[in-house]
Amino acid sequence: MMRAGIIGLGKMGISHCAILGAHPNVNLVTVCDNSSLVIEAFKKHTNFQCYTDFKKMIAEMNLDCIVIASPTKFHTEMVHFALDNSLHVFCEKPFALNAKDAEILADKAEQKKLVNQVGYHNRFLGTFLELKMLLEMNVLGDLYHFSGESYGPVVLKEKGGTWRSQKGQGGGCLYDYASHTIDLIHFVLGKPVKVAGTQLKNIFSKDVEDAVYSNLTLSNGLTGQLSVNWSDDTHRKMNTQITVLGKKGKIIADVTEVKIFLKEENKLFDLKKGWTIKCLTELTNNVDYYLRGEEYSSQIDHFIKCIDNSQTTNNSSFRSASYTDQLISKLIIDNK
Amino acid sequence: MERILFGDNQFFGINHSSDEKARNQTIRFQENEAIMDVLDIAIDEGINTFMCTTHDRIGAICNTIRNDEKYKNFNIYPCMPYAHKYSNAVTELGYVGTIKQFVPGNIFSTFAKGGMAFMKKDFNELARLMIDAEMKMFNGIKTPVIWIQNIITDLLLGLGMTDFLVTYYNHIKEKHQAEPGFITMNLPLLLDTLEKAGIENPIVCASINKIGFRMPGGIKKYEEVIAQKRCRLVAMQVLAAGSVPPKEAFDYVCSLEGVESILFGASSRKNIRQSKSIIDSHSVLA
Repeated sequence: MMRAGIIGLGKMGISHCAILGAHPNVNLVTVCDNSSLVIEAFKKHTNFQCYTDFKKMIAEMNLDCIVIASPTKFHTEMVHFALDNSLHVFCEKPFALNAKDAEILADKAEQKKLVNQVGYHNRFLGTFLELKMLLEMNVLGDLYHFSGESYGPVVLKEKGGTWRSQKGQGGGCLYDYASHTIDLIHFVLGKPVKVAGTQLKNIFSKDVEDAVYSNLTLSNGLTGQLSVNWSDDTHRKMNTQITVLGKKGKIIADVTEVKIFLKEENKLFDLKKGWTIKCLTELTNNVDYYLRGEEYSSQIDHFIKCIDNSQTTNNSSFRSASYTDQLISKLIIDNK
Repeated sequence: MERILFGDNQFFGINHSSDEKARNQTIRFQENEAIMDVLDIAIDEGINTFMCTTHDRIGAICNTIRNDEKYKNFNIYPCMPYAHKYSNAVTELGYVGTIKQFVPGNIFSTFAKGGMAFMKKDFNELARLMIDAEMKMFNGIKTPVIWIQNIITDLLLGLGMTDFLVTYYNHIKEKHQAEPGFITMNLPLLLDTLEKAGIENPIVCASINKIGFRMPGGIKKYEEVIAQKRCRLVAMQVLAAGSVPPKEAFDYVCSLEGVESILFGASSRKNIRQSKSIIDSHSVLA
């Protein structure tokens, strides 16, 4: 059984902790967090070795792999240290605040042939995988436009005091929400390379943006729009949607369904003329342990499988995440 | 427990098959009267238990129910907590900020300056305080079964923090004089874990449907465990987010001997009546 540890026990860290804790091929042995409240709770109520110093943890615990779910500004230092100690690394998104650092980390992980993954869980969701497959099979013909949208109710009034509301720490709607949308556009449509007309809007937050609007151009020449807002109370939780328009029709995909409109029937994929709706229920495989959406368990499964099979090509690698970081930098510059 | 429990997802824009349908439902049920109208229809059709999350708006529903003689036989099964409320607060305020916001009277003033030290010393007591806070809105209403939501049950299972499940179980029995229920997406794992902790024959609510949706480990494993009758089982997600037609869906779940109750939500008299009559037809045969 491989030995795993976790750094950072915020929302995502705790979620990964439960998923790894229940994983049949993993022995989660240790956790690390600098909050005395959280680490005290883990000391009292779990069997994990608890640390407040990640270097000490890595030095002492003889790990095979590590999940890093600390605030974004710590990722670079922690990932370097983990790679230097030959650990396979799963790092939460966004990957690094500085796009150059992200590239260096991707180089290092590849050179050392260590499994490297970033937590863009939408890449493991049945609906978006279906969208990607249909586009690869050219179901829509020549594409002419896309839109990537994410909305949710995170910052709804003027206050807030965590690292997410501070400038330069990886908080803000751009790093927290839009990174998902950008990564997903990259995953299903192609790598975004150019941005124009970017607007980063403060709605309630003083120091970070609450909404991101921009026009993107992908490396394959396709253009489209990015629209992300985390101060939107009309959504109960984060809602991400990709719409793609082509000469043969249109597809709208979100976390629950894929809606396909075709001008002509596609017999090969059993798609009608007009609308075909595919639900998550038919696009999802069971996982061994369910916490909060199959995709969260699936991404960890994938990470563990990559280690078990000593295969280093990963569906959400440091390399692909570094492109998302590069695009984030471009959005910030374009907004100025 | 009654054979049929009426759910609340439809009232709060929770729809596992379509975000668009969810939004339409949010619009339809934005006034509390619209929710009461559907509850009245359910009662009229012979359903007397409403299983609902501790959403802020349930407080208003409780006020209506509490003060009206016609609901004197009506039961509410609260499911706590409404997780998105806390999840969004943690993102915005951090852990301590979230506790400050949601624990009544504010734990820091309740225990004066010792708030932080107190929390660290006894997390079980903190859990009990949060349970009591969630239960406040149900004062004076019959709540014979009180549930812990699957996100919390399953999180604690994964973390191996079984003692909190036991704390919850004991606190609901002792302080709230009710039966504790566990909602889970991991039925086999939950039963194994609770039995190890000395909790026998618990009330459990889990996804059970013909296509195996949200049944980790697979439908076969679930059928085995259900047949062992190790818990008082409520089946939810019987329609698998609308992918199984009602007749087929209820026929399947009614054929499983270990299922005591069935949870479903609906927004129209037609659907409530249809679902109830399918379930009732099996009960008559049994």
